[in-house]
Amino acid sequence: MSAPGKVGFSKAVYTRPRSLVDVKSHFCPGCHHGTIHKIVAECIDRYGLREKTIGVACVGCSVFLYDYIDVDVVESPHGRAPAVATGVKRAQPDKFVFTYQGDGDLAAIGTSEIIHAANRGENLSVIFVNNTTYGMTGGQMAPTTMLGQKTSTTPYGRDFRGDGYPIRMAELLAGLEGTAYSARVAVSTPAQIRKAKESVRKAFEMQIGGMGFSIVEFLSTCPTNWGMKPLDAQKRVLGEMSEYFPPGVFKERKQADFA
Amino acid sequence: MSAPAASPAKRILTKGNEAICLGAVAAGCRHYYGYPITPQNDIPEYMAAHLPALGGTFLQAESEVATINMMLGTSASGKRVMTSSSGPGISLMQEGLSYMAGSELPAVIVNISRSGPGLGGIAPSQGDYFQAVKGGGHGGYRLIVLAPHSVQEMYTLTMLAFDLADKYRTPALILGDAIVGQMKEPFVASPYDPASTAEKPWALTGCAGRERRNVKSLHLKDNAIEVHNWKLHEKYERIRKEEARAESYMLDGATIAIVAFGTAARVSKTAIQWARKEGIAAGMLRPITLFPFPGREVFELARTVDVLLVIEMNTGQMVEDVRQCTPLHDRIAFLGKPCAMPTPEEILERIRLLAGRKG
Repeated sequence: MSAPGKVGFSKAVYTRPRSLVDVKSHFCPGCHHGTIHKIVAECIDRYGLREKTIGVACVGCSVFLYDYIDVDVVESPHGRAPAVATGVKRAQPDKFVFTYQGDGDLAAIGTSEIIHAANRGENLSVIFVNNTTYGMTGGQMAPTTMLGQKTSTTPYGRDFRGDGYPIRMAELLAGLEGTAYSARVAVSTPAQIRKAKESVRKAFEMQIGGMGFSIVEFLSTCPTNWGMKPLDAQKRVLGEMSEYFPPGVFKERKQADFA
Repeated sequence: MSAPAASPAKRILTKGNEAICLGAVAAGCRHYYGYPITPQNDIPEYMAAHLPALGGTFLQAESEVATINMMLGTSASGKRVMTSSSGPGISLMQEGLSYMAGSELPAVIVNISRSGPGLGGIAPSQGDYFQAVKGGGHGGYRLIVLAPHSVQEMYTLTMLAFDLADKYRTPALILGDAIVGQMKEPFVASPYDPASTAEKPWALTGCAGRERRNVKSLHLKDNAIEVHNWKLHEKYERIRKEEARAESYMLDGATIAIVAFGTAARVSKTAIQWARKEGIAAGMLRPITLFPFPGREVFELARTVDVLLVIEMNTGQMVEDVRQCTPLHDRIAFLGKPCAMPTPEEILERIRLLAGRKG
């Protein structure tokens, strides 16, 4: 796309992904949803999936998926996205189906739906955004809230006596036979973003290849509800969050069980 | 397995639950999700046996909560989808039903109802009337509710439920009970008319060659949710106006008119025949649609008879709707039999009493 008479700009090396809607982000400064949306959009583009994709939005800040990703999206009740996605995929097995869920959605109210979708080996992909809090409702304790973390419903800090422990979903789901791919990534540095994109590619490839259920857990920020500056929030992800929730690949199926 | 599709106008001897399956398959339903609960297990068992051979999907979900959301996904894909359950399971589906009503998604839900509240029992009951016709879940919506009273209607009303659900883009519920579900009788498997199938230009199929599309119930901007509520209201008003159905049974010259639905209506027919033999002018108005309720018919009928005898297998739910339809409250009598079938003898006795006669 070169202007007449101009040289040196003949090839675009970096553009907005086709599948990302060209609108201003409404998310808070330092929030990772925008970064994660972009990774998802880039991977949809990479495999030419845009026109055959149905996304499933859940409840929480993540619901606004449909304002940002340029694909068909159905909205699910809180936590039920894997069941809704199952219904979409069973009705249209030739389509590409993914859910986009927060930690309250996936790891608290939706535990039954996520575990059984994984256990059935549903051939769909899950993008799981773990920011250790309920962002949209104002920063209450999530199932992933760290021990000692102060939230609006753990004003004295999360205490395992009574509140239980932060739950590691990527590891838990990797333990199920139906899971083809389970990984945890972070997006607080450029290197991490590259690695995260690799994981989402793998997850999407699992579905494209009919290998079964795939999930990528993103360690994400919520500076507003953490009461932190955006940069401090990145440090928290790189520090205590990554220690308790280690990034890594916990399951990667090499051969399809379901072929 | 032999193909289950019902051939034209064939007489089939089967039970009500199986007639529902035959009606669903004839109407093109190829997706069924469900969770076991008595007394409707013959429905998922039939679908598990027959849908795969038809290229469809049977999936036993982890719960009724998952069931209704799988239905939401399949419905958003533009496909006909059904589940069946009973009271406690239908309670768990209320969240999803509210979302489907809000998202304007069609589906057919069968409630072969049992006794409640709570775990209650497995005896037939009409205790789920309020839950079925008043919305059930949060936010203010209606389901289209059909009440079959025979195996024949279990078949035909299932086909109708799919058509109405698609036409109005809203879930439709079939309210049966253990008796209409389990009883066997011959019915005519009339062919489904594909001309009655509505187009679904709103379905999510991937945005090839068009703008992307959403199916959702969240409306945050300005007064969007108010506008949406009025839109739904207008739809329900249109349904009230155009879809109310009722059977008039021996109402010619009737002075005592029973108002009953489902199994209670079926039993009442016998009692009415006996009463007529005794010279008592009894008849019945049988609502076939519970929402929309045939209110106009009740209003007119109340003006011409001495007594409206409402009979229900509960302690009095539809009777409240009957009262709403007529100012002549002193003409309304009620016979309730919670969690059990009233016998024709019991009904005849009440008819005699109301007619001022001794048995």
